[in-house]
Amino acid sequence: MLHAVMVVLTLMAAPQQRLDWDRPVPPDRIEEATREVSASLRCPVCQALSVNDSPSELAVQMKDLVRERLEAGETPAEVQAYFEEKYGEFVLLDPKAEGFNLLVYLLPVAMVVVGGAVLFFALRRWTGEAVPPENASAASGDKA
Amino acid sequence: MNWRRSLIAAFLVVPLLALFAFGLTRDPGAIPSPLPGRAAPDFALAVLGGGSADVVDSVRLSEHRGDVVVVNFWASWCLACRDEHAALSTVASMYEDRGVQFYGIVYNDNETNARRWIRMMGGQSYPSLMDVRSRTAIDFGLYGVPETFFVARDGTVAYKHIGPVTDALLVEKIEELLGEEVGDGDATEPAPLDDAPDRRSLQMSEEGP
Repeated sequence: MLHAVMVVLTLMAAPQQRLDWDRPVPPDRIEEATREVSASLRCPVCQALSVNDSPSELAVQMKDLVRERLEAGETPAEVQAYFEEKYGEFVLLDPKAEGFNLLVYLLPVAMVVVGGAVLFFALRRWTGEAVPPENASAASGDKA
Repeated sequence: MNWRRSLIAAFLVVPLLALFAFGLTRDPGAIPSPLPGRAAPDFALAVLGGGSADVVDSVRLSEHRGDVVVVNFWASWCLACRDEHAALSTVASMYEDRGVQFYGIVYNDNETNARRWIRMMGGQSYPSLMDVRSRTAIDFGLYGVPETFFVARDGTVAYKHIGPVTDALLVEKIEELLGEEVGDGDATEPAPLDDAPDRRSLQMSEEGP
């Protein structure tokens, strides 16, 4: 019975809302927001890892600072902007979709579209040029 | 028909080649800093070895408005910091009466190690400050050590140097900020500004304490 109640309560529980980056974070979601903001920042020492994933001392200190600023009432967007102001856009793991950076987002799509078109026309030509089996045997019979 | 195919291929390939060629002109190790040209982040840090009667306990950068300030981040575990130590100490002494203040900021290190390092290097002619939890380092957008920031009299960061500085570079930048020409009779000749070692090699050789 208790098990059934637990299942029902779990199903009734509202799914966790997505974090709003433009509002201060409630105290019970500070850790989640710290992880989310830290995951968006590049560790300056290792570069290939996010601040959230890097074990380097500087990354740990940056993560602590993210938490402190969130606890002080800054929004996740404001905290991210602070690090961008200090380190430049380089510190953002996902480049902003504007200006020259748009290439990063548009080029893969363009490549897929162009590649698909090339493949489509090539396949159509190959299948169009192929001689059907019955025609092929007829052709060989004619020759014989 | 072949010319049409070639035209389409060229239309697709040439922009890509141009993009890759542009990429080859960029240095992947170069790390841009947004700080030069902006106001230097203020700090209030404890002086290493402070507390005695003749040494102030803490230093605030904003108190030096009107002076040229050279801020050098260093650590006892940083090998490249040894290379620049003599130049920093010498040039700091040369300019101490000319409205130029040098500060070292100890990065990710403890006081004991920092003091021992200074003793081992034969002393330091300017104060070093302790940056607990690297808040000031992050405020300056620090990537590693050594890094040196030249703060102009109006409080803006005029120049950032990554890697060990030379006495020639220090003199040249300070003279620029003081609004004077480098004299012919100076002991040091201006050196090329890009004499810093590669940033990646520095970082690879300088792990934490």
